[in-house]
Amino acid sequence: MTEASFPQWWPPRSLVLVWGGLLVLLSLTVLCAYQPWGGLNAPIAFAIASCKALLVALVFMELRHSSALTVVFACAGFFWLGILLWLAFGDYLTREILPPAIT
Amino acid sequence: MPETQPAFQFADLRQQHDVAQLGMWVFIATEVLFFGGLILAYAVYRFGYPDGFASAARRTDIAIGATNTAILLTSSFLVAWAVTAARSGQGRPAGILLGVAALLGVVFLFLKCIEYHSEYVEHLVPGLNFSVSDRNPAPIGLFFAFYFVATGLHALHVIIGMIVLMFIAIQAYRGRYSSRYHAPITVAALYWHFVDVVWIFLFALIYLPGRSS
Repeated sequence: MTEASFPQWWPPRSLVLVWGGLLVLLSLTVLCAYQPWGGLNAPIAFAIASCKALLVALVFMELRHSSALTVVFACAGFFWLGILLWLAFGDYLTREILPPAIT
Repeated sequence: MPETQPAFQFADLRQQHDVAQLGMWVFIATEVLFFGGLILAYAVYRFGYPDGFASAARRTDIAIGATNTAILLTSSFLVAWAVTAARSGQGRPAGILLGVAALLGVVFLFLKCIEYHSEYVEHLVPGLNFSVSDRNPAPIGLFFAFYFVATGLHALHVIIGMIVLMFIAIQAYRGRYSSRYHAPITVAALYWHFVDVVWIFLFALIYLPGRSS
């Protein structure tokens, strides 16, 4: 069956594949959370979340077909967020007294 | 009637479309920093109190959290599909898809309300009725303060997104957009996908820690 035989409003195959992929990644991350991997659980959860976000950005938000200017604008927020996290962790992770006291 | 002429400051509809899209990306950049600050605060205290945060995260309802993630991912898919339908000039199907996506937002909020209610019953709301039997309850209180602020702000974004999607859905269904001009659908879609991306990270930070211990 060729693409042309589908109605015009049919979803492109890439969208359906990414939707399925996102649901598989969701199941995977829940499954991984229950594995006794100690300190590895958090980085794995974050890595899977980043993959999901990247899929949404590239395919659903169409960044892969966007102009270079749009990609720069899309990355700008994350660039400044990176500086925020880098400087903040440079402080908190090197403090002698951690955690910050709460009462 | 679909829009056929660009606004006076634009050379053509294509340029108007590109500028609208770029404007939404600027807004999203500010939103990344808005939620980023919250997530930074969470990360600092999670590094400080790993056990307290793990114990607190175990008290959240992962079944509702995972269902809500699947709901938002599906609604994002429908919105992305609506954009492709609008691009090929299929206004009506695009309107229906956007409407269903907005309805999934209602389901998301309904499940969130059930979750909030059960947390209220379990005395997990800081500043209202917080009391847990734990050696060190303070970090658990801190986690739930983050939980309510982050999910509350996210829910506000969902409500705004639903209203926008509903409005655009009606316009699309009435044939207001064409294959040449459908910038409002593309821009609303970008916003909705961003709300989805925020939830993807909140899900990992709120529901997943401490499940294996």
